[in-house]
Amino acid sequence: MLSRTADNLYWLSRYVERAEYLARILEATHRLSALPLAYVGTSNEWESAVATAGCSAAFFKAYDEANESNVNDFLAFSTANTSSIRSCFELARGNARAVRTALTVEMWDSINTTWLELKRFGNGPTSREEFSRFLRWVQESSLRFDGSAYRTMLRNDAYWFSRLGVYIERADNTARILDVKYHLLLPEIERVGGPLDYFQWAAILRSVSAHTAYHWVYRESLKPWLVADLLILREEMPRSLASCYEAIVRNLDSIAAAYGRQGPAQRHARGIRTRLQNNRMDGIFQRGLHEFIGEFIAENNHLGMLVTEQFLT
Amino acid sequence: MVAAFDEMTGHNGDVRPAYGELSRWLAEVPPDVLDYRRREAELIFRRIGITFAVYGEADAQERLIPFDVVPRIMSGAEWRLLEKGLTQRVNALNAFLNDVYGAREVLRAGVIPDDLIFRNPAFRPEMSGQNVPYGIYVHVAGIDIVRVDAETFYVLEDNARTPSGVSYMLENREIMMRLFPELFSRHHIAPVEKYPDELLATLKSVAPAKTAGDPEVVLLTPGVFNSAYYEHSFLADKLGVELVEGRDLFVKDEIVFMRTTQGARRVDVIYRRIDDDFIDPLTFRPDSALGVPGLMSAYQAGNVTLANAVGTGIADDKAVYSFMPEIIKFYLGEEPILKNVPTWRCREEEHLAYTLDHLHELVIKEVHGSGGFGMLIGPAAGKVAIEQFRTKLKTSPKNFISQPTLALSTCPTCVEHGVAPRHVDLRPFVLTGRNGVRIVPGGLTRVALKEGSLVVNSSQGGGTKDTWVLDG
Repeated sequence: MLSRTADNLYWLSRYVERAEYLARILEATHRLSALPLAYVGTSNEWESAVATAGCSAAFFKAYDEANESNVNDFLAFSTANTSSIRSCFELARGNARAVRTALTVEMWDSINTTWLELKRFGNGPTSREEFSRFLRWVQESSLRFDGSAYRTMLRNDAYWFSRLGVYIERADNTARILDVKYHLLLPEIERVGGPLDYFQWAAILRSVSAHTAYHWVYRESLKPWLVADLLILREEMPRSLASCYEAIVRNLDSIAAAYGRQGPAQRHARGIRTRLQNNRMDGIFQRGLHEFIGEFIAENNHLGMLVTEQFLT
Repeated sequence: MVAAFDEMTGHNGDVRPAYGELSRWLAEVPPDVLDYRRREAELIFRRIGITFAVYGEADAQERLIPFDVVPRIMSGAEWRLLEKGLTQRVNALNAFLNDVYGAREVLRAGVIPDDLIFRNPAFRPEMSGQNVPYGIYVHVAGIDIVRVDAETFYVLEDNARTPSGVSYMLENREIMMRLFPELFSRHHIAPVEKYPDELLATLKSVAPAKTAGDPEVVLLTPGVFNSAYYEHSFLADKLGVELVEGRDLFVKDEIVFMRTTQGARRVDVIYRRIDDDFIDPLTFRPDSALGVPGLMSAYQAGNVTLANAVGTGIADDKAVYSFMPEIIKFYLGEEPILKNVPTWRCREEEHLAYTLDHLHELVIKEVHGSGGFGMLIGPAAGKVAIEQFRTKLKTSPKNFISQPTLALSTCPTCVEHGVAPRHVDLRPFVLTGRNGVRIVPGGLTRVALKEGSLVVNSSQGGGTKDTWVLDG
């Protein structure tokens, strides 16, 4: 297939995935900020939301203060922020339009309908109720798109490139949450803070839609190191780093088999996966959770570059 | 102006045979059903994303062309006449282009003045002496036809460069079949869905003779910002070929390749929807970012076929158009089956004088214009506009031609309140390959939705209709 087509498919999936992630972060933040201060500590949740979205620098160029209305606007509706939910959907639809012929009717219909419906929200909902409906709509739109891709695409390189986009983006998103919140997830002896953190842990789990999953996997009340374990090493948890890399390697292998050729992207991805498989949480804590996450984000970005070099240009 | 010929009720109000069923159906169907279907169709168009862009309108980056749910109907006999006329016309166009870039007999015989060719901006000296496969220049032609009475069809324009609109012919039919299955079962309508197959066969048939194996065909688009982008992606999909932009192609050793996820792949035929000017920055406009550097060298080496060929714009020229009856006679030795609209070439003194004296009753067109822009419709124009054109004509007469204002035929059309006659034209699509001419029965009918308006162009408030050719 055309390199440009593969590139558009890859970014189409990435942008839709990113939009959903932003909606989850905002939802979790709204939840935390609705709790009395005594339960969540004194940290500014809105500032932390901006950091988790990975756009602190751009945000503070536009605003002096991180508060509910500024952050809502910047992460959801701003046209100045190229990673706002609105921008993501617009970029996704732009990419989709450029590769109409590579999409199934259902995928096009789903992303085009999302783009048309987005206009209904104008420059942003005016009430909290409306805003939370908006966030739910974003997640439903993403699910609809993902589902239509999964159900209707031929299992060929077009599909594998679009899946790669999903998982590389998802791995980056999960890693960013961990990067911002790592201090809450350290083992008990190293931790500063107290029972207040319970709601923070719950919020982290919600932002990766794993709150219920946690209880099924561990059958325990929330423990920070188990939250970290779930998000990093558990392959059965769909947004964990390990699960993303299982999928990345699988899709890259399919491409390699179809093209009859392995390349740097395949080798690099397998390296990351092996490291995740051979690690245990206590080992990671010993060498430093923050360092581990930082390295992972860099390695994941590097994979994105290798994929681009090997296939998309 | 004479009263227009209505294709359903003729001049005298009696329903013509081809419209028998439709007129009965229109009488039966409640008006709100039509209106409901119209809105349903609009929703479908919007969701599929069948849109077009109007250049220079900021807020309307993607607009819908209004779709009229009342079909236009032609009898089999009418169509056969058109088909013969179109085949003749396109054969003559190809013979003419072959000659202009080859032996130039038409000029030596004095049929056409030399300067009309050599001083024409659409003439491409790069193509002189160039052999194109099987002598075919215009592989896809869109010939605009208007009708003034039961027997008389005129050719209004020959579009020999990159005619668009065929996606509407195909999509309009799909939508009509979805919205009005019952109306279809009451008619025998010749299908149009074979067009993509015919187009692909045509394109493959003109691949360079030395092509090994099945030719690799691609469709070259200027990109998503082009007004016809939807059509480009639609056709690429139906043809099953890659939709490429200039940056997806490169030329090495006079061979064209496309960049794929598995490396470079050789390209044999390019169905290009980019104008000559932009196709190769090394040969034509150096500021073009849309084209492929070196493409002309590969083309001239005979390693790739471009459809349509480079330089066909000369046949689009409205002053050249005025010579079409002579051109047909010169190459084919036949009388034209389809008439030309009588045309005054303002480059000639007498014609200019006549035009200036009759501005209020003529249509004035720029020789290189398209899309209904840069045009004056005398009978509908105000004093100011007429005087503006008078000045333009005097300063650069060569840029203009004039024609009588034709009473274009009308067809029943959904309007604000009920159904009323509106003026229409027709663009059939004519394919020419190694094995001759193919025309899918039908075409794109454009309709001027404003009462009394003669401008059918989508950029100026025109709509489209499904065009039915009855079997038998």
